[in-house]
Amino acid sequence: MNALPVVILLTSLLPAAVTFFLPQEQHAWRNGLNLGGAVIKLGLVVVLMGAVAEGIEPEARLPLAPGLDLVLRADDLSLLFVSLSAFLWLLTTVYAISYFGEKPELSRFFGFFSLCVAATTGLALSGTLITFFVFFELLTLSTWPLVAHKQDDQSLAAARSYVLYALPGSVAVLVAIIWLEGLVGTVAFAAPPDLSGVDRWSLTLIFVLFVGGLGVKAAIVPLHGWLPGAMAAPAPVSSLLHAVAVVKAGAFGIVRVVYDIFGVARVQELGLGTPLAVVASVTILWGSVRALQQMELKKRLAYSTVSQVSYIVLGTALAGPFGTIGGLVHLVHQGIMKITLFFCAGLYDERAGARRIEQLDGLGQRMPWTSAAFSVGAMGMIGLPPIAGFVSKVYLGVGAVQSGELWVLAVLGASTLLNAAYFLPLLWRIWFLPPQTEGIGATPIPFAAVDERVPGLVVPAMLTALTSVAAGLFAASAFSPLGWATLIAGGAYSP
Amino acid sequence: MTGEVALAVLLLGPLLAALGCLLAGRQGSTVALLALIAGAAAVVVLWDGMLRTGPIEVRLGGWGAPLGIVLRADGLAVGFLAAAVVVMGAVWAVARHDFATPRARDVFWPSSMLLWGALNAIMVSRDLFNLYVGLELLTLTAVAMVALGRGPGAIEAALRYVLYALMGSLVYLLGVVLVYHGHGTLDLDRIAAGRSGADALALGLMTAGLAIKTALFPFHAWLPPAHAGAPSPASALLSALVPKAGFVMLVRLWFEAMPDATPPAALAVMAALGAGAILHGGLMALRQERLKQILAYSTVAQLGYLFVMFPLVGGAGAGTAGAAEAWAGTQIGAFSHALAKAAVFLCAALWIRAIGSDRLADLAGLARAMPLSCFAFGMAAVSLMGLPPSGGFIAKYLVMRASFELGLPGWGLVLAAGGLLAAAYFYRPLAALFAREPPRVQRTPRLLEAVPLALALAAAALGVLSQPAYDLLQAGAPAYARGIGP
Repeated sequence: MNALPVVILLTSLLPAAVTFFLPQEQHAWRNGLNLGGAVIKLGLVVVLMGAVAEGIEPEARLPLAPGLDLVLRADDLSLLFVSLSAFLWLLTTVYAISYFGEKPELSRFFGFFSLCVAATTGLALSGTLITFFVFFELLTLSTWPLVAHKQDDQSLAAARSYVLYALPGSVAVLVAIIWLEGLVGTVAFAAPPDLSGVDRWSLTLIFVLFVGGLGVKAAIVPLHGWLPGAMAAPAPVSSLLHAVAVVKAGAFGIVRVVYDIFGVARVQELGLGTPLAVVASVTILWGSVRALQQMELKKRLAYSTVSQVSYIVLGTALAGPFGTIGGLVHLVHQGIMKITLFFCAGLYDERAGARRIEQLDGLGQRMPWTSAAFSVGAMGMIGLPPIAGFVSKVYLGVGAVQSGELWVLAVLGASTLLNAAYFLPLLWRIWFLPPQTEGIGATPIPFAAVDERVPGLVVPAMLTALTSVAAGLFAASAFSPLGWATLIAGGAYSP
Repeated sequence: MTGEVALAVLLLGPLLAALGCLLAGRQGSTVALLALIAGAAAVVVLWDGMLRTGPIEVRLGGWGAPLGIVLRADGLAVGFLAAAVVVMGAVWAVARHDFATPRARDVFWPSSMLLWGALNAIMVSRDLFNLYVGLELLTLTAVAMVALGRGPGAIEAALRYVLYALMGSLVYLLGVVLVYHGHGTLDLDRIAAGRSGADALALGLMTAGLAIKTALFPFHAWLPPAHAGAPSPASALLSALVPKAGFVMLVRLWFEAMPDATPPAALAVMAALGAGAILHGGLMALRQERLKQILAYSTVAQLGYLFVMFPLVGGAGAGTAGAAEAWAGTQIGAFSHALAKAAVFLCAALWIRAIGSDRLADLAGLARAMPLSCFAFGMAAVSLMGLPPSGGFIAKYLVMRASFELGLPGWGLVLAAGGLLAAAYFYRPLAALFAREPPRVQRTPRLLEAVPLALALAAAALGVLSQPAYDLLQAGAPAYARGIGP
């Protein structure tokens, strides 16, 4: 059982290593390898989930130097993330195989794609801070070629800006880790360090370095500048990037730092909870306002991510059981809903040539399944019941009341209005406006020729849309995201 | 094979092979290969023997220290011997295809063997004069390799190298004379046992001489033209291995022979020069338009990393876990730099063969035509930036942690800044390789591209299998660098 986390990591790492060396023509091998890895991984994650639910926490360890061990360990928080990543990896792989068809450089793409997933898996299963950092950096590095994949000027510029933001962020995280470890020794998540002997100012600075460094990946304003540009990447990459890989890694890291290193009580004692909540709120509102101004679909979705990911940070900062649950559950909910939206954005682009929002007019007639999935995702983001996003917002709201931070309610309300303001017009255009007769863009696709029927693209979008409804409808089940989040929160607040 | 035989193979083998290469002419590379295989076996024997019984010491002819020659393979030495044989092997595989003209061939193979032998000798010598002889041989062969370069600047670069090196030798010898005057011996252990009023001055002089030969900032001006101008496989040897010899000598002087002669301020000065190298080398690398020049300035910067160790291992932290971390981290950094820097220079060698240029603009789009070597370049760059998973990361982590533990976080932050600079100057070639337009390329055998890939993988593996390297380095480490980690 202790080897299970390692095996789960290898289900992504090995396909990555082999895929790099496959010749471009070997489509069957490449697809088989990546799909096979994804299916096996999902199965193993289910097994792991069963084990962790019974209270077993498997752990594997590789010593690198005295006081420096690579530790892979599964606890309930890691499972929340790893199960999301395993589920969405499978669907995204299916989607990507259809999306790319026989385009060039597929071995490179799928190699880095699997590596990127391996990095998120490793992040989720990290048992020590330094292990977390190793995978955090692997993620930075493996994402760069994905963002640059199209190799045109726009992609290369996006990749460059990504690195420009990400690397200083990493340095901040590394300095924070080393500083902390210099004071209290190696930090493992299972046994939070004793910080009582450390002075206030060091702790505060370390916390700021952590949140600042991780906040680059989580796209916290004003460190979010790289994310909207990164939408230049191919649709499967954007889907993964906005749902599980990079932004979630940042948010997950902040959750780990608050709960498993500092502890909620100490964050409050240092007076850092409220500032963090303020930063998250500013991000939520600013992201939404900027989303409203975007006329390109993927850009609008990207700013929406900036806003939505900070719900997780906000929930964490509220420092009460309900806020925690709301934040954690949103880690999963936002992933499922946002990947639906990006899958659909890819479909609109690929099958109808629609990138700007006015090009979406009337597409509901020609692309009903896509548009239905898109609508579910959008309504979920707004927070309409019974879709998953509703559950997140209710818990965050209750959490705000519980922590006595009533102003957060106003932020949530304003954000919901803004969400509605930038999503509802899209739905209106898709379903109710007449189609534009002449296509716009370089190679317009005639409206009558628009055809969404590519199972590999539509089915993943439908499945994630259904999942986001199910996550809301069956929220009360123990194995729903909400069930897990409640379990984790129980651990964080029981003495 | 016993330890004595292994040492003999590593010292005499290369010398005999150099002679053999001269005689064999066209078959020179075969002779070199045989010597390398024997050398690799010898390194394995030494490593294994040392882990079992501790450092291996040999007295030539049975004579002890004052009269005879003593050789000792400790952890530090064996680590560098291993790195050297691996790098030599990789360079052999690429150079075999690179030196087509008889003149280049006839110079390269014998001098590479001599260079390797000199390097081995420096690693295991315990006597200031033998160290000097080794260093001179190393310098001369290195200069010969620089002169092999085809560009018009090659001779000028070689001349400049010679001038700097001669100056370094003179200053070093002056220091040696003072030591002999004060101690009546040149044996490292006997110097450590005694004390003399002129120690500080002698150490200062020897340090200045070695700093010139190691291209420590601000004495580095000879390095970039020499390393960038030499034929690329030779550049790989020069950049990966040669400066490490002077560094090892400095470490032996400061921490083994004269640990008491150094006030904390002097240790800090060494680290400050290192910091200067990191910043200056990094900034200069950013401004170069040719790949090999970027790599050469990167070497200047990476050498600086090694000197940050001085105030962490010596001074107030001596004997603590922090000192042990800084010691191991620095040496692991030196090994992974050797592997990764050789990898990137061999990539440059292959690319220059394929497109006839190393200008960044000409490299554009090469990732499509030569994916394996570009991947290797990327991986090696990751190690040189100090990002995980790589030996470079472990090195940076250990030294940074030592600096924070010892209450000297400034040095750690310099390393962090150096990592960012490295990322910046490697970004330009990487982005160029990844650009869209594929250039016209002469076909390169895949197997040849696998050579730098193997080196880059080794540098990455050092980041995962660093525990054996750490254990190795603890064997025979000076007392204050030997600690049990936290």
